[in-house]
Amino acid sequence: MEIRPILSALMRSKVSMILIGLQVALTLAIVCNALFIIGQRMDRMNRPSGMNEADTFTFGSNGFGQGYDAQAVLRSDLALLRQLPGVADATNTNTTPLSQGGWNSPINLQPRQKSATANTAFYMVDSHALGAFGLRLVAGRNFKDEEVMPMDQGDRIQPSAVIVTKPLAETLFPDSDAVGKQVYLGEDSPPSTIVGVVERMQQPWIDSSTIEYSTLIPAFMPYGNYSRYLVRTEPGRRDEVMKAVEQKLAEANSGRIIGRMRSMEQTRADAYAGDRAMAIILGTVIVALLLVTALGIVGMASFWVAQRTRQIGTRRALGATKGDILRYFQTENFVITTIGLLVGGVLAYALSLWLMQAYQAPRLPWYYVPVGFACLWLLGQLAVLGPALRASRVPPAVATRSV
Amino acid sequence: MLTYYLQLGLRSLKRNPILTALMVVGIALGIAASMTTLTVLHLMGSNPIPWKSDKLHYVQLDNWSPDEPYSEDGRPPDQVTYRDAVALMEAGKADKQTVMFKLSLPIQPENRDLKPFQALGRVTYADFFAMFEPRFKYGHAWNRDQDASHARVVVLGKDMNEKLFGGQDSVGKSVRMDGIDYTIVGVLDEWKLRFRYYDLTNGAFVDPDEFFMPFTTAVDLKRRASGNNSCWKSPGEGWDAFLGSDCVWIQMWAQLDSPARLAEYKAFLDSYVSEQKKLGRFPRPLNNRLLDVTEWMEDQRVVSRDVEVQTGLAFAFLVVCLVNTIGLLLAKFTRKAGEIGLRRALGASRRDVFTQFLIESGVVGLSGGFLGLLLTGLGLVAVRALYSEYRTVAQLDWMMVLTTIVLAIVAALLAGLYPTWRACRVQPAAQLKV
Repeated sequence: MEIRPILSALMRSKVSMILIGLQVALTLAIVCNALFIIGQRMDRMNRPSGMNEADTFTFGSNGFGQGYDAQAVLRSDLALLRQLPGVADATNTNTTPLSQGGWNSPINLQPRQKSATANTAFYMVDSHALGAFGLRLVAGRNFKDEEVMPMDQGDRIQPSAVIVTKPLAETLFPDSDAVGKQVYLGEDSPPSTIVGVVERMQQPWIDSSTIEYSTLIPAFMPYGNYSRYLVRTEPGRRDEVMKAVEQKLAEANSGRIIGRMRSMEQTRADAYAGDRAMAIILGTVIVALLLVTALGIVGMASFWVAQRTRQIGTRRALGATKGDILRYFQTENFVITTIGLLVGGVLAYALSLWLMQAYQAPRLPWYYVPVGFACLWLLGQLAVLGPALRASRVPPAVATRSV
Repeated sequence: MLTYYLQLGLRSLKRNPILTALMVVGIALGIAASMTTLTVLHLMGSNPIPWKSDKLHYVQLDNWSPDEPYSEDGRPPDQVTYRDAVALMEAGKADKQTVMFKLSLPIQPENRDLKPFQALGRVTYADFFAMFEPRFKYGHAWNRDQDASHARVVVLGKDMNEKLFGGQDSVGKSVRMDGIDYTIVGVLDEWKLRFRYYDLTNGAFVDPDEFFMPFTTAVDLKRRASGNNSCWKSPGEGWDAFLGSDCVWIQMWAQLDSPARLAEYKAFLDSYVSEQKKLGRFPRPLNNRLLDVTEWMEDQRVVSRDVEVQTGLAFAFLVVCLVNTIGLLLAKFTRKAGEIGLRRALGASRRDVFTQFLIESGVVGLSGGFLGLLLTGLGLVAVRALYSEYRTVAQLDWMMVLTTIVLAIVAALLAGLYPTWRACRVQPAAQLKV
């Protein structure tokens, strides 16, 4: 296929060529960057929390009035929850992963350290936490019942034993086993001993830069008259147990308010609602953009075919096959698209650079642009196929007719 | 003549329905995408209290650790400690001032048919109402004497009054909260805040406060705030230690009615912190800030980065749609070279041809604009579904409707300009040869 006649034909309709090229260029730049942002959001949303999210739910209880004994209610609630049919395990906890609210504190190797060794989230739980959250213990042991101390808000955090996540253990003690080692949770507190290590448990904040650093503290700790529970049910029975729990706990004590039962799946959906929305909105823009560009190519190619019907007829009359005509329009599209893509590649990196500067976004990985090239080449060829086939069916006799 | 051109335009558009539809839908999609995102961006960034946003100032003091700054970029903490809040309130150096925090309390309705429920309210001083100007439906705010006397009074939000008293005038009645009775002194009317700008620390896009209670009264309850609390060192054991600690959990606003008052207050804050330094507090360099409402919104990034990026990409998409329309109009008008040549030969001036084709582009733009407006409505419904907390800012107002239509027409005329210019350069003679 000789390219020169195509180029000289293109030179005669420079503006149309520039318009299609510009459209392709902008499309490539936007699609690459938007896809990259979507990819980042998906990666974020796919990070495992480390806990069983399918069969768990959480809720709060708020006591009111004088003489409400939050400690006693906490114990009796836990006893009640654990013997309900369908409940696999239950614990008290101040918060859960993905909940976006919790307690963050330094964790140190020395008392009165000036800058923290690491920052960790606290989960104030009892000895059933591993079972209730569905955490995987990879070293050491679970809390013993006698290690779980009653605590009140405002009390100093000074547990004798703690369980930490594996990433936190590795940061604190990079060269040795963390189990049995001592850490300091407050400047005037006595040391706490790491008794166990769980594989993973995210902090409650999805935007935390240290999301893998969590610490379990054995404590019965209501927040004033408020306490929170996490329940794991037998597989598939979550929704049914949620209803039963709501009713049973309200019956057990009328001097309090049982908050809304919230499944961990719902908690995850709420936490990542913004990321999901961003991905969906950008996805919609990408689809609309590709559609508009494809339709633009179809429109322009149809116009060219119509404009050149006589010339096509002449070529056919002079011996060009249908395939020659088809290939002519396909090559023409390829040339225009390629020019557009070359400009678009530069634009894509420029846009990425701007996003990096204005929003501290990471750099667009190099392979997005070549993949974008391939996709838009394909899109261009598909879009031009219809008009090109129509062109190839122009009969040679057209050449002899006057317009 | 214009109506004739309009008819010509419509007829020409009808002749190529697919091409016309492509152009209209193209513009509509571009308009809808950019207007949906622009609306959210515009309302998120809109000034919530334009008549006095430059007088209300958010008070920040830097009481953070000597070893590390509160924030990497050197911004002071976004809240103040209890002892500084109380000291600054007692000094009373601003024209009006208030401190506040968020508190969740159980409400025990007198009406036995209603189950007790948990309510989120705001604990603050009397000046709050004069500063942020919510309208009262019944009664009025409590006064400064009641602040001083730790009065057990409460102002209810409209919804709470609806729930407890069926919307009746409840002033003078009492409401039991966590076992204590409070006398209702006022009930707010509907307070249409797009976002809760007076407490950005605990989230701008949240449900409105359900009740308001004097700060002094609430502190007696010894209940921790439901909002954010940050400490750089352990507060120590118990409630009194917590109140005396360097933990920040209270928001403070000062109303300063003139730039001179602002400068005076800034000087007062600096001298207050210098005094405190002598007592061994405030180990960091002097870093007090008084940002006004819009500066504070900027600082706290009320307009999310995601919405900014979406708006940018949506406008880039609009540009692609316009380029697309230019191409299609160009193709269309070029095919009409013969017709144009004929009209020119019959005496039409370039100006006539220009008007005729610009009107045709205008029709495309207007149709695209209206379709775009409909799609913008749908787009905002989608945004409200995707971001439930943005329901107050994903709303079309007449300004945005107007902007949409103007944008659509300007866009289509811009797109039509070059093809039209090309069309009227057609040489009659060249087209009339057979």
